[in-house]
Amino acid sequence: MAMQKCQSDFARAVRSPDWAVPHGVTSHNSDAPRERFAVYRNNVMVGLVSALEARFPATRKIVGKDFFKGAAKLFAAMQPPRSPLMMFYGDEFPSFLADFEPAREVPYLPGVARLEAARTRAYHAVDAKPLTPAALSGSLADALAGMRFILHPSVEIVASDYPVVTIWAMNSGENDLAPVTDWRGEDALVSRPRFDVEVRRLPPGGKTFLQNLAAKSPLGEAAAAALAGNPSFDLAANLAALFAGLAIEMTNQPNEAPLP
Amino acid sequence: MRVSQLPLSAGASFKPEHFAAISAAPQPLGFFEVHAENYMGGGGPPHAQLGFLREHYALSLHGVGLNIGSTEPLDRAHLARLKELCDRYQPECFSEHLAWSSHGGIFFNDLLPLPYTEANLTSVIDHVDEVQSTLGRRLLLENPATYVCFQQSTIPETEFLAAIARATGCGLLLDVNNVFVAARNHATSASAYLEAFPLDLVGEIHLAGHFETIDGEGSPLCIDAHGTPVVEDVFALFDSVIASTGPFPTLIEWDNDVPDWPVLRAEALAAQERLDRVRLVRAAPAAA
Repeated sequence: MAMQKCQSDFARAVRSPDWAVPHGVTSHNSDAPRERFAVYRNNVMVGLVSALEARFPATRKIVGKDFFKGAAKLFAAMQPPRSPLMMFYGDEFPSFLADFEPAREVPYLPGVARLEAARTRAYHAVDAKPLTPAALSGSLADALAGMRFILHPSVEIVASDYPVVTIWAMNSGENDLAPVTDWRGEDALVSRPRFDVEVRRLPPGGKTFLQNLAAKSPLGEAAAAALAGNPSFDLAANLAALFAGLAIEMTNQPNEAPLP
Repeated sequence: MRVSQLPLSAGASFKPEHFAAISAAPQPLGFFEVHAENYMGGGGPPHAQLGFLREHYALSLHGVGLNIGSTEPLDRAHLARLKELCDRYQPECFSEHLAWSSHGGIFFNDLLPLPYTEANLTSVIDHVDEVQSTLGRRLLLENPATYVCFQQSTIPETEFLAAIARATGCGLLLDVNNVFVAARNHATSASAYLEAFPLDLVGEIHLAGHFETIDGEGSPLCIDAHGTPVVEDVFALFDSVIASTGPFPTLIEWDNDVPDWPVLRAEALAAQERLDRVRLVRAAPAAA
């Protein structure tokens, strides 16, 4: 029991910068080596903040590195990692930013952060061979409407009321910084056909269309649902975005029963 | 019998930013080492790159999240992921640390120290047994870089490591930089530590950079930062070890402020030169 208590005391003190050095922790020159114990405190905090900095570079660029560090430290203190898989640390950071009062004046920030979080998940998603338009063109036109698709494992849709794709592209080096002339909500399609994570702006109705495809609706039904939600839905433009992102893994048989 | 299957030559930590340079031409190194946890995603570039390294070089998997020094049970899900990775890539070597990194459901992302007591010895032995029987392979356990001591400790670190190896059959990973850093931090002798270290159980050596500052009492405080070249004093300790034992698989670790590939490669080749030199000296007739 003594060793369990020793470790829990150490664990709690490492996460509490103002606490005393735990009983029993010594050094050759002190019975309470505060600076030495602080090396562990610092290693833990710097490690977590660096992981967030690496995962959210565009978010960091938008708010500046000092603001970001402050937010990241607070997040790390409140929501430390629960798993040793550090590449996925920060999945909840966008929601944290959405509730973070000082970030309120940048309302699109959580959206950009969600886009960056989705990019990491796409980067590490399982591999699958994307379906090419050429492979599909062999299918009969009348069978197309009944066809069901499996979205590539890396696919995520990040919907936002803000132009997050444009803002992300300007803050990640993809595009030059410039005033956003067309300030309207954008939905992102994130995918990783092979090695590179790609981000595309979805055409109108694309989110509903994709969500329906993901739920295994046949193409025709998915298109009808998208059109019902958005009269400017354009099937050809949406299929083009899907294929450009190589976001489809393969098709099911058209007559296959929907999954329960 | 050799403690690890890695070649008796120098290797380097693999960093993804070096992949293009490494894959462009054959590298004169014996092996690459990766942090196991970075390859526990489903797919993508990490697995493609690891697959390339596996195909062309000997491979060492180095875990940083197994929590062997914890007083809590091991994370079975994490151990299962590790087994999957070992089974898939069949590394020549798997190593972990005499440290803990998770507690109460929180992952600390750092290697934290433990008191060397009989109770902790028993729990570490149980953990190493469980890891080895699950993975179906021998583990190398690494000596830590520490910044504090524990009043509760009753067993010297070298004896603690030797006792674990004796009880479990595991090998040891001797991190010479950690030896230097810990000795400086505790005002003890690195050479005396190495004399007490069971070198016959060593399957791999680690070398890395550290930086030195001072603590609140004005004493030297070395930080094991892995962000700079190996210092000459650490190379000298390395020379003294291999002069008595012969060459070991020797890794240059560089995890922060990672330089361009040629710089890291040159550092590994400097270690290789020292291995070559000692091989020549030991092969020479005693009475020349």
